[in-house]
Amino acid sequence: MASGFVIRKNQYYDSVFLMKISKRISDAKGVQQNAVLMGSDTNKGLLSNIGIRDTQIDAAQPNDLIVAVIADTPQIVNDVLNKLDEYLLGGVQSVSASNLHSFEDGLAQKPDANLVVISVPGEYAAREAHKALESGLNVFLFSDNVSIDDELDLKRFAVEKNLLVMGPDCGTSLIGGVGIGFANVVRKGSIGVIGASGTGLQEFTSQAHNAGFGISHAIGTGSHDLSDKIGGLTTLAALDVLEADPQTKVITLISKLPGAKTLAKLSERLKTCKQPVVGCFLGIQGEIEAGTSFQRARLIDDAVRLSITQIADKPVFWQDQFTPQELEWMSPEIGSWSSQQKYIRGLFAGGTFCYQSQQIFRDADIPAYSNAPLDVKYRLADPDHSIEHTVVDMGDDHYTLGKPHPMIDGSMRKQRILAEGRDPQVAILLLDFILGYNASMDPVGELLEGVIEAKQAARKRGGALTVVASICGTDDDPQDLSLQTRMLQEGGVIVFHSNAKAAHFCCALIKRRLGGCHADQS
Amino acid sequence: MQTKVDELLHKPLVVINLGLKRFAESLEEQKVEVVQVDWVPPAGGDKAMAELLDQLL
Repeated sequence: MASGFVIRKNQYYDSVFLMKISKRISDAKGVQQNAVLMGSDTNKGLLSNIGIRDTQIDAAQPNDLIVAVIADTPQIVNDVLNKLDEYLLGGVQSVSASNLHSFEDGLAQKPDANLVVISVPGEYAAREAHKALESGLNVFLFSDNVSIDDELDLKRFAVEKNLLVMGPDCGTSLIGGVGIGFANVVRKGSIGVIGASGTGLQEFTSQAHNAGFGISHAIGTGSHDLSDKIGGLTTLAALDVLEADPQTKVITLISKLPGAKTLAKLSERLKTCKQPVVGCFLGIQGEIEAGTSFQRARLIDDAVRLSITQIADKPVFWQDQFTPQELEWMSPEIGSWSSQQKYIRGLFAGGTFCYQSQQIFRDADIPAYSNAPLDVKYRLADPDHSIEHTVVDMGDDHYTLGKPHPMIDGSMRKQRILAEGRDPQVAILLLDFILGYNASMDPVGELLEGVIEAKQAARKRGGALTVVASICGTDDDPQDLSLQTRMLQEGGVIVFHSNAKAAHFCCALIKRRLGGCHADQS
Repeated sequence: MQTKVDELLHKPLVVINLGLKRFAESLEEQKVEVVQVDWVPPAGGDKAMAELLDQLL
């Protein structure tokens, strides 16, 4: 094995571009590993972890490009590094350069701006967000790795200035029908949403759209907003603006487990909210007392049903049981498993889907291990190694540091599908596919070959692998929902348009296999 | 008087996009007025220098 690197001084590129180049280099024959990074301290640490160390690397600055290659021979390393300009040029072609390089440049160009979208590296993000707030602008802060202290400072400053900070670590918002970040194309309507979980917000807004309803605004808060350290500052500010919005007739809150003190504070605030409120706080087991206009939803699907019921002018039909056809799918699947096959393996691009699935499994007495566990006693010792029933959040830092998120690129998830397919004890693979702006244009196409190969491997062993998937999306999304659905179905995958329903289906299969209860949803 | 938050919800969005260009592209697709900033680290990535500049400005 050989390795080498080059440093290009003062050549700065954004993370998506760097990942594109890295992917291209990884396709070169004989390349075992590569890193295409800017010279930040975090990135220099990553290089050190893969054995690339040098005084020149130590001296590199955050705006210096570093490309490192580990390959079978020194010749391959040299060939790749010598062709670096070709790789870079190939990546640049689709990106037209801007001559604006700072927030101040952007503000000079658009002095009437009312929102700044920030996706710069986390170590710089708070500084840029602070400048935006100081200039009287609202902020959508996509960047993660912003410290909790910086988040608190930013949010306190925003409250003082009567501005909104959506984030950090905010993936999704819909403002007046416009999707920001990873968002689905949904119609405008009268449901206001506040979400501390990006894919939760996407699942809710897509399902509301698919049921014929629409969204006034969906405000992402960032994943830490309801922690006790932050105290729900953005959630409370968003509640104020949605309460005052004449278009918003019902307000829905979606989040993972909030801090106890913050939940108590939020509950008090909800008691005086003018509109009815539906709250889905995944992971909570106890009751929530938040006044008579508050309704608790255990799952995102329930939140959709309760919200649209509030605004519908006629009774709402909501299919929350399995259809006769879906029930018919069960026996042939279970009947084709070998005696060894008994476990579910969930591989998720959406963190909320991983979380919600665990809640459903827990309620069905099917404990599942995870790298993002609902209960710490089920934490996977090694995220790359599944045990018994396992669900993996493949958007976790372990998988995404210096690599594309699985919502953008399915390569890593495909490898994991193949690995799970080699385990003779696996009966069911549970997957999610997320459509919408900025997501992969063909999420199913990226994984389908892996799914088919895993199914073939199980058949060769005398069993069969059941693959259950949910698609989060709408007919208006750029990826073509019906085509993505059909591709999965033709590949022998059982498809739902709800993660909760897909997870319930997996539980029903396992319960039937064990000879337990029937395939009803809880 | 309308606050900046009210403006955000009730006036057409006008966006400064700092960083990933695909976010600006998806806003353009939705007919939103947006300016793309190909952001680079301040002061050539020298954090101490950037902090000094911030204090001076």
